[in-house]
Amino acid sequence: MNTRGLRSQLKDSVPVTGLCPQAGPYGVQDSLRRGFSSVKNELLPSHPLELSEKNFQLNQDKMNFNTLRNIQGLHAPLKLQMEYRAARQIQRLPFLPSSNLALDTLRGADDTIGFEDILNDPIQSEMMGDPHIMTEYKLGVL
Amino acid sequence: MALSNVLEPAVSGFNFENSTRNIVLENGSEEGKIKAPTPMKTGTTIAGVVYKDGVVLGADTRATSDEVVADKMCAKIHYIAPNIYCCGAGTAADTEKTTDMLSSNLTIFSMNSGRNPRVVMAVNILQDMLFRYRGMIGAHIILGGVDCTGSHLYTVGPYGSIDKVPYLAMGSGKLPAMGILEDRFKGNMDLEEAKALVSDAIHAGIMSDLGSGNNIDLCVITKEGVDYIRPHRESIYNYKRQAKYKYKPGTTPVLTKSVNQLELELVHETVQMMETAGSS
Repeated sequence: MNTRGLRSQLKDSVPVTGLCPQAGPYGVQDSLRRGFSSVKNELLPSHPLELSEKNFQLNQDKMNFNTLRNIQGLHAPLKLQMEYRAARQIQRLPFLPSSNLALDTLRGADDTIGFEDILNDPIQSEMMGDPHIMTEYKLGVL
Repeated sequence: MALSNVLEPAVSGFNFENSTRNIVLENGSEEGKIKAPTPMKTGTTIAGVVYKDGVVLGADTRATSDEVVADKMCAKIHYIAPNIYCCGAGTAADTEKTTDMLSSNLTIFSMNSGRNPRVVMAVNILQDMLFRYRGMIGAHIILGGVDCTGSHLYTVGPYGSIDKVPYLAMGSGKLPAMGILEDRFKGNMDLEEAKALVSDAIHAGIMSDLGSGNNIDLCVITKEGVDYIRPHRESIYNYKRQAKYKYKPGTTPVLTKSVNQLELELVHETVQMMETAGSS
């Protein structure tokens, strides 16, 4: 098991949702787009695994980059992150499911199967977001 | 419209949307706490032993759901790779799904590299997966296999702890089974001795534990191949029906009968040639 980068998994490195996670462009609760909010719901995750699962990929990457930096120097994670950033931009329109093939290949996830591939596959999701609203949100026009 | 998936696409993987609702339901008001349905557990005895030429795994075949036997011929020894098999105790669905995913991952690996997977690989993949979910996946697993480095027997707990020992028992019936194993285990046994030992250990678990019962399955893994003996020993309490319980035709008298013919009219007919593919 990869235990080397565990120090980076300390509490302060896990992003916690703030008091107003659904902040709109003006910094307050965006009721029009995200609906009403309840402080109790946002303060604590209801399931012990919810937070760690939401940030799992992020934390894995952080841990791996830290280990890589310690072994090979700063250039290694920098170059890899540049490649990740480029691969992450290869997406279809926001309301269509993208395969993320390049990103998966870089991460090495193209030959592993986890629960993310079996459960809640976005390709088989029954709901689709409204195309106009999602594209406008992505372009920042909304 | 305040749909949560309007602005960002849905995330794959586990969905925790209902957990707040479930907590509210369980803690409920004074009139009634609504109890969630319990998953089917295997309430098992599983055991494994390393002998001279390989590994012998054994399991009982009862699956319980609270106080009812849900499955009398449950298969608890799962295939992972041609040279690796595993027994699973705990929540039945969790062990099934986890072992299926493990098997898929190892198949992809063998296709990629052209080699048979090693038992340590299976153990490490399982350990990482189970630790990631902090024990929420209730899978207590015994993994046994023979690879190029020899025969190995590992146990993986639901929180990701592993143990590598020559003889093992897991499940609710593990204490009686461990008693038999501790008493009669020797290094370098031969096949018949090992099979008898595992079979007696599972039998002790069946006799002393309510959650284990019915038949005993054995799986012998050697360098040459696998011998899956199902069942190795059948329970003497076989549930054979004493008589036929079906109703004879004519039991229910027919009072009236009326036949209505549906008038169908052919409106449109098209013929489309199917393109059959080449040789199979």
